[in-house]
Amino acid sequence: MPAAAAVTEPSPAPVATPTPASPSFGALAGRWYRLNQDRLRATAIGVISLAAFLLVWHLLTTYRVVFFVRFTNVPSPLAVYASFTKAIHDPKFLMHIVFSCRRIFFGFSLAAIVGVPLGLIMGRFKLVHEVVFPVAEVLRPIPAIAWVPMAIMLWPTNEQSIVFITFLGSFFPILVNTLHGMSLVDPVLVRAAQCLGARERSIFREVYFPASLPHIFTGLTIGMGVAWVSLIAAEMISGQYGIGYFTWEAYSLVQYADIALGMIAIGVLGLGSSLLIRGAGQLVMPWRAK
Amino acid sequence: MSEIATATPQGHIEVRNFSLSYETIDGSVEAVTNTHIHVKPGEFVSIVGPSGCGKSTFLNAVAGFLKPTTGTITVDGERVSRPSAERGMVFQQYSLFPWKTVRENVEFGLKMRGMPRSQRERAARTLLGLAGLEAFEKHYPEKLSGGMKQRVGIVRALATGPKVLLLDEPFGALDAQTRVIMQQILTNMWQRLKISVLFVTHDIDEAIFLSDRVYCMTARPGSIKAEIPIPLERPRQQSMMMSSEFLALRRGLMSLIREESLKAMGGEINDLGMQGLNIELHGHSLADVL
Repeated sequence: MPAAAAVTEPSPAPVATPTPASPSFGALAGRWYRLNQDRLRATAIGVISLAAFLLVWHLLTTYRVVFFVRFTNVPSPLAVYASFTKAIHDPKFLMHIVFSCRRIFFGFSLAAIVGVPLGLIMGRFKLVHEVVFPVAEVLRPIPAIAWVPMAIMLWPTNEQSIVFITFLGSFFPILVNTLHGMSLVDPVLVRAAQCLGARERSIFREVYFPASLPHIFTGLTIGMGVAWVSLIAAEMISGQYGIGYFTWEAYSLVQYADIALGMIAIGVLGLGSSLLIRGAGQLVMPWRAK
Repeated sequence: MSEIATATPQGHIEVRNFSLSYETIDGSVEAVTNTHIHVKPGEFVSIVGPSGCGKSTFLNAVAGFLKPTTGTITVDGERVSRPSAERGMVFQQYSLFPWKTVRENVEFGLKMRGMPRSQRERAARTLLGLAGLEAFEKHYPEKLSGGMKQRVGIVRALATGPKVLLLDEPFGALDAQTRVIMQQILTNMWQRLKISVLFVTHDIDEAIFLSDRVYCMTARPGSIKAEIPIPLERPRQQSMMMSSEFLALRRGLMSLIREESLKAMGGEINDLGMQGLNIELHGHSLADVL
């Protein structure tokens, strides 16, 4: 009788584990699974979706499909992987990445160092807002790439003009979001601080700044995305190094696998830098952790 | 002014000839007019009135957030000109700093005063212990219930040792059971600290249960319509709310407030609603019908 066997079989298990207070490994694993079910599901589907993307890419390129879009010259995933394994041993490729990261670091940091305090001050002092805002509104819609010729004229070296363009790209999202955060600060919290004895400077530090932080970090995240967009555009036009230059150069040298490699490298670097910002946000704003 | 002549006149609030108006496109509108009140040191005084009568505006002026148009507000003979830690305030919207833990919220006023960290941590722990909140010192306000938030709000306002405590409908957002408990907690703290309290509410039962004296305000523009001493003995028990003495006070205050509420509403309904809708009032006044 299979039913009876199923009932009697687990009975020796409690004997084997003499501490009934601690649940068995199976029970723990089951509970962990139930608690993390959603996340596991999302991960599993994510992996499947990426695999499907790779498979479609593989099929389109091996059969050289031409259907409006031409896959005749598009490199296959395996070709890209081959050029990746070659590239990671190539100091030149690593240098391209280092150059791009350095430009992002300087351009984005400058944008944050200027944009956040400026936004805070504009949010607090009407006159500064009235003076700066119109100029910012006129300059803001100009895409960073349209600044390339001007940047080359403005700055003595190529390196500086690329950093400048990266700076411009991330500066406006950071400024605008900081300002938005300042405009949403709850006036009751300011009053609460005032009748606990806080003066202007403390209110700025203890109320306005932390209250604006969530929006500041939204600005930093968006700013980081735009920084990469601007950087790659600038590198393609006027670079000598950098991952954007690498990608464009690959096209000129008819090394098609390297084009895809450059694109993927840009995607991974962009993703990595926005994860860094999100991590920093969680560190700085522990009260917003779930 | 014989009551000033106490040995330690701590927390004597005196408001004379107070009026407050603000400018609109149609001219200046009076929110509060010709108001005199006083709170003796250690006294618990409430202000009740129909909604929109300007009682919160009045309290905000006592706190120092709004300047009186005419008249003076003094605490222990010193004129109120701006918010200060001498007048602790508790707001209806809790107004805890979301980015600070419960203990950091309570410490805030002491920090503003420049008290060293270890000292103010100890002080905050002691106060939280009195309010039964020591287990939550490391929690962020978001995680607390409404009643707990408001207990933290009260403790925070008391931490700096203010001369007077101002409360603006502090329990208005709480459910009935929690409100009763909070009233008891507030009474206990007040008796222990012997602090002067000015309490604004629209809840008549609450005002009678808590106060030594109740001021009743008229409809807008608000002024003092009546001053009612509450001779109920202390300590007060929940059971007193059924006593004939309590009910008599309640009836008296109720009719005063109803008159004013109707005056505030009646004008509008009579002029616009009732006649517009062609409602026959059979010669009765609106008050009788309602």
